[in-house]
Amino acid sequence: MAVLAPPASVRTSVLTDIGHVWWRETLTIVRDPFSLIFSLLQPLVFLGLFGPLLAGLAGDGALFGGSSLQWFLPGVVVMITMFGTSMTGANLQFEIMTGAFERILATPLSRASLMIGRALKELTPLVVQAAIITLVAIPFGFVLHPLHVVVGLLILGVFGVGVGALSYALAIAARKSEWIFWAVQQALLFPLLILSGMMLPLETGPGWMQVVSRFNPLTYVVDAERVLFAGSFDDVRILWGLVAALVTAAIGLWVGIRSIRRATM
Amino acid sequence: MIHTESLARTFRVGKETVEAVRGIDLDVAEGELVAFLGPNGAGKSTTLRMLTSLLPPTSGSATVAGVDVVANPAEVRRRIGYIGQKDGAGHNYRVRDELLMQGRFYGMSRAEAAESGEELLRTLDLEALRMRKVSSLSGGQKRRLDIALGLIHAPGLLFLDEPSTGMDPQNRANLWDHIMRIREQRGTTIVLTTHYLDEADAMAERVVIIDHGRIIADDTAETLKAKQAGDRLTVVVRPDQAAAARALFGAEGSDLEERPDDDGVALSVRVDAASHAMPGVLARLRDAGLDVVAAAARRPTLDDVFLNLTGRSLREGES
Repeated sequence: MAVLAPPASVRTSVLTDIGHVWWRETLTIVRDPFSLIFSLLQPLVFLGLFGPLLAGLAGDGALFGGSSLQWFLPGVVVMITMFGTSMTGANLQFEIMTGAFERILATPLSRASLMIGRALKELTPLVVQAAIITLVAIPFGFVLHPLHVVVGLLILGVFGVGVGALSYALAIAARKSEWIFWAVQQALLFPLLILSGMMLPLETGPGWMQVVSRFNPLTYVVDAERVLFAGSFDDVRILWGLVAALVTAAIGLWVGIRSIRRATM
Repeated sequence: MIHTESLARTFRVGKETVEAVRGIDLDVAEGELVAFLGPNGAGKSTTLRMLTSLLPPTSGSATVAGVDVVANPAEVRRRIGYIGQKDGAGHNYRVRDELLMQGRFYGMSRAEAAESGEELLRTLDLEALRMRKVSSLSGGQKRRLDIALGLIHAPGLLFLDEPSTGMDPQNRANLWDHIMRIREQRGTTIVLTTHYLDEADAMAERVVIIDHGRIIADDTAETLKAKQAGDRLTVVVRPDQAAAARALFGAEGSDLEERPDDDGVALSVRVDAASHAMPGVLARLRDAGLDVVAAAARRPTLDDVFLNLTGRSLREGES
């Protein structure tokens, strides 16, 4: 029966599949680059409007271990990662409704590549965003450690794939009504952000918040990014951040693949 | 190309178990054009989704293009083309980009995908639209693009789920011209679902009627109509002659039916080759002193076949 195999269609590896899915998603930016400009402005707004408030609040004291900018900038980078990757499912939901999702499911692409490729697309602008805010922050006293920042972005990438896969699964679960996706995404996103100490330090908060934050994987990622952006490799918090990112990615992909297999739309 | 044994699928809806497909045995040979016909909810699409490996069967087995759908779904997907009910092309993309990416998804090189894509754009009259955004295409153009996406890797077997639903008659005819031309060029085996009777009748060489998750008939449209329904001959007579006509005309065929008509009473019977039988029947009725006001010979439709098999009309289900 081998005769039946069409000559044009050949087996592909998961990495190739991820590349194809990523590029298809990225094409929407390539064909319409203006959509990127707003997402580039967003972190600058946070840095420009939030940073000075923090500096005033703490008087650049011991709370931030020196410079508030050095403390706050990695938080902004994690935040834009969370904003971007948690919306992975939004584009997907649109394609579930129009039908493109089903067409792509009918191709031989591996199921994991469908999620990883989409999450990586949300992470792509992040590299540019991180570069811009870092460069902008340097004149204001931010000290750049390029190698540490690259390692930090890699950990964030792994974490972002997990968040993207969970967002993907949420879109499939909420495929019948669009508002549920947004309701759940918003309801989870902000508590996770605040309870990770990303925007404001939790050290001054009540004890229960500090306890809850220990169960939030994002806390460990934020801690690791702060250590890395401060220019240190010699800290166990980096390892914990990596573990939190890997666990999030593993759970996200497991949940995501299950929901694709179970999706009977 | 396709071989299934007792293929079945149930869904859980709340606490109830719904048997969407209840054991389908089907064989489709290379080069066939088969239509699954049945009302909405009959199990046509569920069957198609199992054959395309998008939905795992609850029980039974299916071999598609030489590959088991449960054991190796990815290999099945590699060998077939699938065109779903909704728009396959992403609305935010350009026509050409979607075609190229689709080719890449099937492991084609950029050059192969580009070549195949350009050929399909030409064949399907989409050349002028290649740089357009999908969301700006008309319904008919989107459907033709879906066909191109399903054929980019030149599959030997193509599945179409309700390909022409919601299209106007002109666009439907145009779509079918394209599908038939591609089939002629490539010898593609085609399996489609439809709830349009005339479409199944005119296009498919083999009609598989599905109802309540089972195949209730499977043959050419002509044979189904001849076996399951047969021609009908109708005459209209004045009310005062109805009793005499009932006896005489009723003996000309079988299954006498009667309904009121503006000119009196319409009587109809099932006869073989109704248009050939009509002159003789009319002559005998006149010789017996009956005045026939109007007469008609009617070929059966697939709806008559469905009605005869299930006691329901397929048209009732349409909104």
